[in-house]
Amino acid sequence: MQNSASHIKYGRQSGLGANRRKWQEVVKHKYFYLMILPVVLFFLIFAYVPMYGVVLAFKDFNYMLGIMDSPWNNFQNFRDVLSDPNFKHAFNNTLFISFGRLIIEFPIPILLAILLNEMRFGRLKRIFQTVFTFPHFISWVVLSGIITNILNDQGVLNQILVLFGFEKNSILLHNGSFLGLLFTSNIWKEAGWSSIIYLAAIAGINPELYEAASIDGANRYQQMKAITWPVLRNTAAIMLILAVGGIMNGGFDQIFNLYNPAVYERADILDTFVYRSAFVDSTGFGYSTTVGLLKSAINCLLLFGANFVVKRVFKEEGLY
Amino acid sequence: MQKKRFDRLFDISLYAIMILIGLATLYPFINVLDISFNDSADTVKGGIHIWPREFTTRNYETIFQYEGLLTGFRNSIIQTLLGTVIGVLSASMVAYVMSRTEFQASRLFSAIFVMTLYISGGLIPVYMLIRNLHLIGTFSVYIIPGILSVWNVLIVRSYINGLPDALQESAKIDGANEWIIFWRVILPLCQPVLATIALFIAVNHWNSWFDTYLYNGQRPEYTTLQYELRKVLLTTDSGDSVYDPNKQQSLSTVSPESIQMAITIVVTVPILLLYPFLQRYFVKGVTLGAVKS
Repeated sequence: MQNSASHIKYGRQSGLGANRRKWQEVVKHKYFYLMILPVVLFFLIFAYVPMYGVVLAFKDFNYMLGIMDSPWNNFQNFRDVLSDPNFKHAFNNTLFISFGRLIIEFPIPILLAILLNEMRFGRLKRIFQTVFTFPHFISWVVLSGIITNILNDQGVLNQILVLFGFEKNSILLHNGSFLGLLFTSNIWKEAGWSSIIYLAAIAGINPELYEAASIDGANRYQQMKAITWPVLRNTAAIMLILAVGGIMNGGFDQIFNLYNPAVYERADILDTFVYRSAFVDSTGFGYSTTVGLLKSAINCLLLFGANFVVKRVFKEEGLY
Repeated sequence: MQKKRFDRLFDISLYAIMILIGLATLYPFINVLDISFNDSADTVKGGIHIWPREFTTRNYETIFQYEGLLTGFRNSIIQTLLGTVIGVLSASMVAYVMSRTEFQASRLFSAIFVMTLYISGGLIPVYMLIRNLHLIGTFSVYIIPGILSVWNVLIVRSYINGLPDALQESAKIDGANEWIIFWRVILPLCQPVLATIALFIAVNHWNSWFDTYLYNGQRPEYTTLQYELRKVLLTTDSGDSVYDPNKQQSLSTVSPESIQMAITIVVTVPILLLYPFLQRYFVKGVTLGAVKS
């Protein structure tokens, strides 16, 4: 947009060939610009102006003065954040939960896709896929209601525990079991959905390969290992990069709807910490922005790092 | 034959495992459904597994008298419809323009869009922006900030790239301008992919709660269904309420579990109704989205 504006100004007067050609290009594609500019304008405002708001991290934010006029405070926010034990907790928790997700949750959709692919009845396969994918479309608000219902004192889980002679357990209130719940419930919600992408990769395999392998005497497990798995590796690599790029996220919606003060010690992640420090504990917007900035910066580094490792070390195709 | 026996065993255990996982996936929903149809005084005794013990529709009758829920229902429907129409139109328009190779600025715009997938300002700067634009306490805060989803643009663009060029060329020779080509040629051809992203956008809007929580907690007339459900669920929560500024507004002090579950079902049913359509399209959507951006 800036371009077109400046060309109106200078293009005609100076009559410079290059500028005029550019301006003609704009006129020629005026419909393109008309279609795209209003949307781009909104998009720029809501995606890029907040990036400027990041300067809050370097300022002592004062509500009356606004972002622009608040005084700079010489990295005081960074010193505050880095020396805050609550931040360290949230940071460590985020890493712990995310790595837990990588190790525990990441392989499940791959496994599920392989298993679904092994089902030779087309219709049955589709029914199961429908069932597995369903929870993806349900919000964490609803799911947290359902989970609390299953896990409460009179809930189904505790009754099963009692039936088998165990003691009742309040999973939501204990650090260890809460983390387990985070992993399990996220698998419940997302595994079916994430497996679609792997199934799509499998769908590209020529079925004759399986027949040939079968004739050569390979059993189903051997076929799985020799034919299906190699195809999935590249898809898995790309999904892994994306997952690593999201390591500092940890899953705000899920945790925010499930956690409670009893498990803050292990379940408080950076996103929930930012929210609480800004809107509940009123530690100050500058402070919260700083935490957010540190988070995004690490995320970016991780994304590039993961892409590099996948491309150079594992020789797989990367993200870009 | 060794191999045949192995494969038989393989098949049996495969189906057994799948059925188990399937049941585990669905059971929590079934349990919620039972409890929502069970007498709320009786639910407290526990032990409801597969069928309601004392069947009643009273819970549903009760919740539909709760004004917050009705307002929330109305707002969520408006938000979903409006947001979906705007979202689909903007994504397809941008995707069409991006797909035209003769449009030289498209690379620049591409870079602008894709950048935001990896970098964002974060919660507080976005909040400050929304505040400065005076969008807090308005309905438009549900629609305007999320007007364009870059992922959806990428999905539609890769679909348009797969369309034969000849159609557009012949329309151009017939003297149609780009807007007409988009409206008359591209949009009708894109129907399957538009259905896909429409469903994604609709589900996203239907499921959103944080914008209500953050921006409209003090405006009961702009409440949404997910937010109302969250409030009702939190009434028996183990103490988060102390930290929850929005809690004080909650109408009921403690909602019986059956009531909570009835609302949960009410929030879920629209998705369930949409699901057969979703299911038809989402596989395509995910696959297209995976095509390298």
